[in-house]
Amino acid sequence: MAIRERLSGNEAVSFAIKQINPDVVPAFPITPSTEIPQFIASYIANGEIDTVFVPVESEHSAMSATIAASAAGARALTATSSAGMALMWEELYLAASNRLPIVLTLVNRALSGPININADHSDGMGARDAGWIQLYAEDNQEAYDNMVQAYRISEHKDVKLPVMVCQDGFITSHAVQNIDLIETEKVKAFVGEYEPEEYLLNAANPMAVGPYATSGYYMEAKRAQAQAMFDSKKVILEIAEEFEKLSGRKYGFFEEYRMEDAEYAMVIMGSAAGAAKDAVDKLREEGKKVGLIKVRMFRPFPAQELAAALSKVKAVALMDRADSFNGFSGPLASDVRAALFANKLTPDTVAYVYGLGGRDVRVEDLEGVYDALLRGDLACEEIPYRYLGVRE
Amino acid sequence: MKTDVHKINENMSWRDITLGCMVFASGTSREFSTGEWRVDTPVFHEDKCKQCLLCVPVCPDSSIPVKDEKRLDFDYDHCKGCGICAKACPFDAISMKRGEK
Amino acid sequence: MKNLIEIRWHGRGGQGAKTAALLLADVAFNTGSYVQGFPEYGPERMGAPITAYNRISTTPIRVHSNIYDPDYVVVVDETLLDSIDVTAGLSEEGAILVNTPKSKEEIIPLLNGYKGKVYTVDARKISVDALGKYFPNSPMLAAIVKVAGIMPDEEFLAQMRGSYEHKFASKPEMIEGNMKALEVSLREVK
Repeated sequence: MAIRERLSGNEAVSFAIKQINPDVVPAFPITPSTEIPQFIASYIANGEIDTVFVPVESEHSAMSATIAASAAGARALTATSSAGMALMWEELYLAASNRLPIVLTLVNRALSGPININADHSDGMGARDAGWIQLYAEDNQEAYDNMVQAYRISEHKDVKLPVMVCQDGFITSHAVQNIDLIETEKVKAFVGEYEPEEYLLNAANPMAVGPYATSGYYMEAKRAQAQAMFDSKKVILEIAEEFEKLSGRKYGFFEEYRMEDAEYAMVIMGSAAGAAKDAVDKLREEGKKVGLIKVRMFRPFPAQELAAALSKVKAVALMDRADSFNGFSGPLASDVRAALFANKLTPDTVAYVYGLGGRDVRVEDLEGVYDALLRGDLACEEIPYRYLGVRE
Repeated sequence: MKTDVHKINENMSWRDITLGCMVFASGTSREFSTGEWRVDTPVFHEDKCKQCLLCVPVCPDSSIPVKDEKRLDFDYDHCKGCGICAKACPFDAISMKRGEK
Repeated sequence: MKNLIEIRWHGRGGQGAKTAALLLADVAFNTGSYVQGFPEYGPERMGAPITAYNRISTTPIRVHSNIYDPDYVVVVDETLLDSIDVTAGLSEEGAILVNTPKSKEEIIPLLNGYKGKVYTVDARKISVDALGKYFPNSPMLAAIVKVAGIMPDEEFLAQMRGSYEHKFASKPEMIEGNMKALEVSLREVK
């Protein structure tokens, strides 16, 4: 029996962490981090878990210490958000290229400036090429479920890559909502104990982590990393299937909502997908053939699978909660368009940037996007993509 | 993926490289003959040496072996010929051969 | 009760409007509803106007946006009536609840012609009498539970006793005071 609860997104992810009881959590304990390290510190103080908490002086050090703990052989985790994520940037690449199975819980918030602390995906998108697996969530339930699955993915022998468990800042992280939790014994059995084959603290088998690789080796190392990222797709589906048996909740690379016969679709990620589903339901009642794809796994990018899911649509709106400032579109839109082209598909597309810096996204706003698709109103003026709801 | 460090070379496929280029061995610098890089070579004059051992800690390459509290001759497999030992020696017990191995 | 009730809270930073919204989500959750409780985050400053929201529904809630057309509005600080359009979008089928010592008749002219039901409760007096301090969130919580018909009084009080016993485990003197504030507010809101 699932445990019926009401928790904020931060509480939900923290609860999963409590159930997992990781070995080491280094974190920078104040803003711009999240409540998650604070909750973990309380669990430790209350004797509920025996995790070692390492308070550090910056987010750069947080990721650095997490890398060190993981290399030493510990199941390590850290948490951050926004500018803290930006400060971790250099270390993110090291975590991935050292092939360490770290989990980072990210609360997606804007990067300044103008100074802003509210929800958008700028922080996560900035790290999209760092070599991390990125899982995004629509609500607290998905954030919790992704956290429960994260170590199974990252520690898998065919993966050995760090995983970012993302949720929208404030909208998900601070909103209390219903959630079904899984019993702790079941979570523990699902996640299992971490038993690394090789680790620095194993005195019997000395080793070195993170050496200098000359040009004669660097590309080979990167090619191997690229393979692991690609291979993680299979693992992510296997773990999701196993998770479904545990929880009854189904996960894939993305969720298709009323896409069976959809002619007009939207590709979106994160909390705004909920409002978009309401918009779809409303338009479906009016007989409009609209559907939605909500991306859960942004890295690796499910290019072929997304193209297949969009193979029958006439027009699709590509929704980004971050701008790429490439003069063309947001990052999700660029990747989806590339996926369509590579699969020789040419539906009409229109790219939107929405919800930056916590700008509220209403059902009506997203209905407007579908209306534009239905009307064939896809032309962009001045720049080749649209800012949803911006004051003209 | 544990690979014998001796099998790592610049002809290997990416498929065989260790995870994150991890090195599954320790003290591997011993097997790397940095002595080949040497241009100038230190010479040990045992007759002038007072065994003060000032030269030992200044050597950046740990190329002055010590046994029973006495220094021995140079480890030329690893000495890069920097000459710091010769500068540090107060008794002219180390001289540098210019451009000679 | 409607399928979905949407409530908007107006308060000032430090008065506990966010906490009250989260407590309301808690009590509604315990009736078996689907709930949301969330604040609108801006610069957080003591005394600055803040907004918090609740959705209470018989079906799962997918929308995460702010609430623009609420069924109920709770004004935790009546001085906000001068500066904030608290009735914006408020359903005339619904109601507004204001914390004030004034009568309904005195408040109605301050509500921009709002034609729905108006309720008042003197949360300051209730709180000071019961707790010796001004914590408006407990009486306002009780009042909105009553006004919106979220659950019967006895069930609500029983639940709140449980949550106070948990929350004030180390300060038991707070339990009775808060319970008294809830009881008086349930009785006096009109």
